[in-house]
Amino acid sequence: MSLTNVFNIAGTGMNAQSVRLNTTASNIANAETVSSSIDETYRARKPWFSVLEKQWDNVKGLSDKLDIRSQVGDGVEVKGIVESDAPLKKRYQPYHPMADEEGYVMYPNVNVVEEMTDMMSSSRSYQMNVEMMKTAKQMLQRTLTLGQ
Amino acid sequence: MSALGFKNSLGIHPQTTQLRAARAEILANNLANADTPHFKARDIDFNAVLESESRRSLGMNKTNEHHLEGNVHTETELMFRNPYQPAIDGNTVDTQMEQSFYTENALRYNASFEFLNSKFNGLKGAIKGQ
Repeated sequence: MSLTNVFNIAGTGMNAQSVRLNTTASNIANAETVSSSIDETYRARKPWFSVLEKQWDNVKGLSDKLDIRSQVGDGVEVKGIVESDAPLKKRYQPYHPMADEEGYVMYPNVNVVEEMTDMMSSSRSYQMNVEMMKTAKQMLQRTLTLGQ
Repeated sequence: MSALGFKNSLGIHPQTTQLRAARAEILANNLANADTPHFKARDIDFNAVLESESRRSLGMNKTNEHHLEGNVHTETELMFRNPYQPAIDGNTVDTQMEQSFYTENALRYNASFEFLNSKFNGLKGAIKGQ
């Protein structure tokens, strides 16, 4: 039944968006986490989204009537979390406890403005997935009343 | 042929609801991938698919009783959507458009379902003789 699959798809979408929201939260929380060496400094983290391909063995047993169904993806998956390679911010603060020998402190490459827009975008996308699920639920509930 | 019997009385609506449900899945997949880089939004040509589906069920004319049942099978392909505003990351999902298609599809599903439901109620009435 295709409609139950909409639930799975919306579920993967909500999961992906919540991972994205999580990385945003982590980035904003660590926006001012300083360090004295380049290697130890926090770097902005971003999720890597990709289309979740349909599992072929699940499709085989289904009716051959709607072969289009085997061509469409099965939602979205988070392939992993990648760290941004934007340059770190180096500030001259000789009296900072974390300053290196030359008096520099390394700040993460988190762009707070970008993170805020990302946050809004992911919360809207999350809402959209919820609405999608709601609509599919209504359609299924109607179907259950057939002949009543 | 009589108007009674499931095949004749239900008309096109069973296929329509099935196809609407399949399309809901395709559009849901588009919406879920609204933020996936390089994702291309897809859809079906609903009328073309429905036509081929219903043609298949009608079969072919038989001029001899030994003729085999005809079976029309056309490959139905998913098509790619032409985006109004292509994104810089190669994503072609126009969220608003997809959302409106999804809602419209759901409404039309409900419409077909309503027709189907009234057909069943009609059959029920016929059985009871009311």
